[in-house]
Amino acid sequence: MIISVASGKGGTGKTTVATNLAFSLGKNVQIMDCDVEEPNAHLFLDPAVTETLPVVAPVPEVDPGKCTFCKKCMEICRYGAIAVVAKKVLTFEELCHSCGGCLAVCPEDAVSEKRRELGIIEKGTIREMSFIHGRLNIGQVMVPPIIKKIRTFTNHWSVNIIDAPPGTSCPVIAAMHGADFVLLVTEPTPFGLHDLTLAVEAVKLLGIPHGIVINRAGMGNDEVKRYAQNEGIDILMEIPFSKEIARVYSRGEMIVEKMPEYKQKFLDLFDRIQTLAGPVKGVVGQ
Amino acid sequence: MKELVILSGKGGTGKTSLTAAFASLSEHMILCDADVDAADLHLLMEPDVQQRTDFVAGNEAVIDPDRCTQCGLCKDLCRFDAILFDTEPDRFEVDPIACEGCGVCHDLCPEQAIDFPQKTCGEWYISDTRFGPMVHARLGIAEENSGRLVALVRQETQKIVSEKKIDLVLTDGPPGIGCPVIASIGQSSAVLIVAEPTVSGRHDMERVARLAAHFKVPAMVCINKYDLNPDQTEAIEAFAGMNDIAVTGRIPFDPAFTRSMIEKKTVIETDDMSPVSLAIKSVWDRVMEHPAMKMERLV
Ligand code: SF4
Ligand code: SF4
Ligand code: SF4
Ligand code: SF4
Repeated sequence: MIISVASGKGGTGKTTVATNLAFSLGKNVQIMDCDVEEPNAHLFLDPAVTETLPVVAPVPEVDPGKCTFCKKCMEICRYGAIAVVAKKVLTFEELCHSCGGCLAVCPEDAVSEKRRELGIIEKGTIREMSFIHGRLNIGQVMVPPIIKKIRTFTNHWSVNIIDAPPGTSCPVIAAMHGADFVLLVTEPTPFGLHDLTLAVEAVKLLGIPHGIVINRAGMGNDEVKRYAQNEGIDILMEIPFSKEIARVYSRGEMIVEKMPEYKQKFLDLFDRIQTLAGPVKGVVGQ
Repeated sequence: MKELVILSGKGGTGKTSLTAAFASLSEHMILCDADVDAADLHLLMEPDVQQRTDFVAGNEAVIDPDRCTQCGLCKDLCRFDAILFDTEPDRFEVDPIACEGCGVCHDLCPEQAIDFPQKTCGEWYISDTRFGPMVHARLGIAEENSGRLVALVRQETQKIVSEKKIDLVLTDGPPGIGCPVIASIGQSSAVLIVAEPTVSGRHDMERVARLAAHFKVPAMVCINKYDLNPDQTEAIEAFAGMNDIAVTGRIPFDPAFTRSMIEKKTVIETDDMSPVSLAIKSVWDRVMEHPAMKMERLV
């Protein structure tokens, strides 16, 4: 089973929900932090890292001996990542989307590919749970390939909890695509509501069952609830706005550890997710 | 003219509320909302849209089943697994969400059976607000090209700057450290990172700070809700001190932020003498005194 925890806006408590849900389940669970620009889950979980893998993308390399400077590679490239200037082919790796067009089109077989590192993936464990996250290298821009790589490690015999990046553009889609359920975390403020409506549009586009968690409930107004009711989306859990929770979070600690009464609440949340998601592969207890 | 880009790493640290508050403290200023993926600034600014333009960027492959001979070449060539073979009826189809618009299939299909129409990926706007002009945008759901839209919004802002002789651009930056953020900080005068005193907030802040250093943009930091965790506040300030990042101040936690948001006001407009407003004013003074932000004025 794959549960993707998302929110249109950053800082709503996505990571808090993802990590505490995982901790409440305790085993048969894999946490996949796909917020590769700003991964945070490891700060709360402190996993023992057992494996580090580079994420690489192919970029072209031109053999000047074979090249006839026909410019076909430059013509096919939609990203301005390869240019033929006088008797020289220049490549701009940071612009390359690794589409392979130049390689496929070159009539002289002058293009080969080399590997460029976009970021890294780290795998590890915390108690009986598995952990995996990715990290974009500073100055790199290709986020979706790292997320797709993380997702190849999906364990279909356990629950996979994805901490998705914020927003509604391509990186988030890469982190929600193919999930059995999307949990949308929001806060009851005008910004929270606005970004929630965008996230709901994205989830609907993908056709994935979904529900809402309201974090910092009580800090703003009731508009989120009204919206959810109108849209017919279930509010699966509310985490109250409290200084105590904010402090626990600020120290990088887990709510379910410091405030054990929350464990049952997260387990109830999981039950409701299972019901809404319907029959899926690898549900705990099957 | 100076441009300050306000960043936060993760979002949710109060970046947009602070950008709005700074706007209410400035004159001859233009607002630029570069958080095109989840733009929120308009919720406080209530912009009066003067000009609305489609954002056309990139293309999308579409296979014409009548011309396609089902040779399968496009499916082999597509590196983004965007071409699927569908049964009933048998045909090759493009998954529009997965398609990156690289055009390789369109160029290389032996039957020229793949069209490649341009795509409208969003909209951008020029508006008036009570504090000055504002350029903002909305990226369509599940679209790529957010970096390009950010670049466009900033370019259009610059046009207005030269037309109207504006002194200051306040840019509400996108979250993260990827393509939209990189597009938002290039050629800017300085960035102000709004950090939260939490373990994760510190981590996010350090990554944005490294990105700014990588692109050689001077960085400043202020700590919002500093009283939530004084130890983390000090740790962030210590990191800043060691990395040539100017510390511009601490802003206390105050429910006035949320109250003002609900009233569509800036914190300063709600009560300009409240402790939080005074703290914001002091941060703003220090930002404007930073060497990177000092206005060159002819005497
Ligand atoms: S397509 Fe091949 S031969 Fe032509 S310019 Fe490019 S690398 Fe050279
Ligand atoms: S792989 Fe694609 S994006 Fe990269 S240089 Fe070649 S044609 Fe351009
Ligand atoms: S390459 Fe062209 S003809 Fe061949 S399957 Fe694709 S669309 Fe059809
Ligand atoms: S344009 Fe590129 S990504 Fe889109 S279907 Fe064609 S080959 Fe695939």
